[in-house]
Amino acid sequence: MSRVILINLIRFIVLTFMQVFLFKNFSLYELSTPYIYILFILLLPFETPNLILFVLAFILGITIDAFYDTPGLHAACCILLAFVRILFINITVQKDGFDNEPEPTLTVMGFRWFLAYAFILTLFHHFLLFNLEVFRFSELQYTLSRFVLSSLFTVFLIMISGLLFFRKKER
Amino acid sequence: MRNLLIFISKYNAFFLFVIFEIFSLWILVNYNSFQRATYISSSNEITGEVYARVSQVKGYLSLGIVNDSLSAENARLRNQLKSSFYIDTLAKHKVNDTVYKQQYAYIVAKVINNSTNRRNNYITINRGSKDGITKDMGVICGDGVVGTVVNTTDHLANIQSVLHKSSLVSAMLADTKSVCSFKWGDDLDPHKGILFDISNSTKPKIGEMIVTSGYSSFFPMGVVIGKVSSFNTKEGTLNIALSVDYSRLNYVYVINNKFAQEQIQVEAQRKKDE
Repeated sequence: MSRVILINLIRFIVLTFMQVFLFKNFSLYELSTPYIYILFILLLPFETPNLILFVLAFILGITIDAFYDTPGLHAACCILLAFVRILFINITVQKDGFDNEPEPTLTVMGFRWFLAYAFILTLFHHFLLFNLEVFRFSELQYTLSRFVLSSLFTVFLIMISGLLFFRKKER
Repeated sequence: MRNLLIFISKYNAFFLFVIFEIFSLWILVNYNSFQRATYISSSNEITGEVYARVSQVKGYLSLGIVNDSLSAENARLRNQLKSSFYIDTLAKHKVNDTVYKQQYAYIVAKVINNSTNRRNNYITINRGSKDGITKDMGVICGDGVVGTVVNTTDHLANIQSVLHKSSLVSAMLADTKSVCSFKWGDDLDPHKGILFDISNSTKPKIGEMIVTSGYSSFFPMGVVIGKVSSFNTKEGTLNIALSVDYSRLNYVYVINNKFAQEQIQVEAQRKKDE
């Protein structure tokens, strides 16, 4: 149990630093900017209680907000992400069939499930993020193209990081 | 009552979602309208400290570019020195001139955090209220206009960049001196801007310089904004190529306009009279 907490704490710090000092400066043609920090919420263990999940999502969002100068924006998007995560896992995963504290990683759940999981959650998060940031309909075309291209970039990076830490099943 | 509790605990995810979402949206809306929650921004102590350290490292990587721009600026300033002009009148006697009174004072600051790829961009600098910086001061750099100060702490200040949804600069065409307004373009390109509110009688040329008008209390007259790159006849606007490369900001100057308070007061008085 304490190992899970330690791993997630390290993941939180590393992802926040990567997002703020590396990926914040990334942008392809001013359209596509990755928000890789959401990987922290995606990889929390299945058995995280809902309250703790929401609190962690809020803390992550407000930390990113502090560096991005947008109080509340990323927090609101992370809360939506946590909610969609609960719904998605309720629909697709049987909770009882696991031994020792499984995590929704590529290793445990397989490529297809993890791709669908990352893609759908990223779409929800980025859609709210870009529309809340701009907050007007007159720039809808740019907002939507930024939303789609950024989502693709983020999912691409998430899949790469998943493959990077991929371990063959011991069973 | 018991049924209600069972209902809430069964759908606890939804209720938690609603509570947290409303809370974070409340923070978002409050900050945007009043700029109050300064503790969740990059001018607070922890994030400011981290950004300052990283910018120290980054500073070494861009020393060459900084040197070039500083020497170019030195050369330009040297050209304006009295000693670089040939004096063809003989000075008979010297008068201590009290006609001129300094209106603008400049405070130099280093950029420690910056962004150009979002809809609303902000810059953090390493000078704050202890160095004499207050809200609503203009900020420029060697190449042109940068933005206005929106928040200060003791040692840091937050600047709303020109690349922002609600940034407007009072501008004028350098040759014809006709006044117009400048804002960032909708396509989020950090090298382009839009000039509007141009009077029908003016005839702008491609390549003409755009400078600040000096009508607002933020900037003195004649700070460069950019050059006219193309006409947009359908909407009656001009496309501007910005002179500053905002992704490479290193040192900026905060403008202390000593008459700003007076200007704001006298204009507010007029509004009251109307």
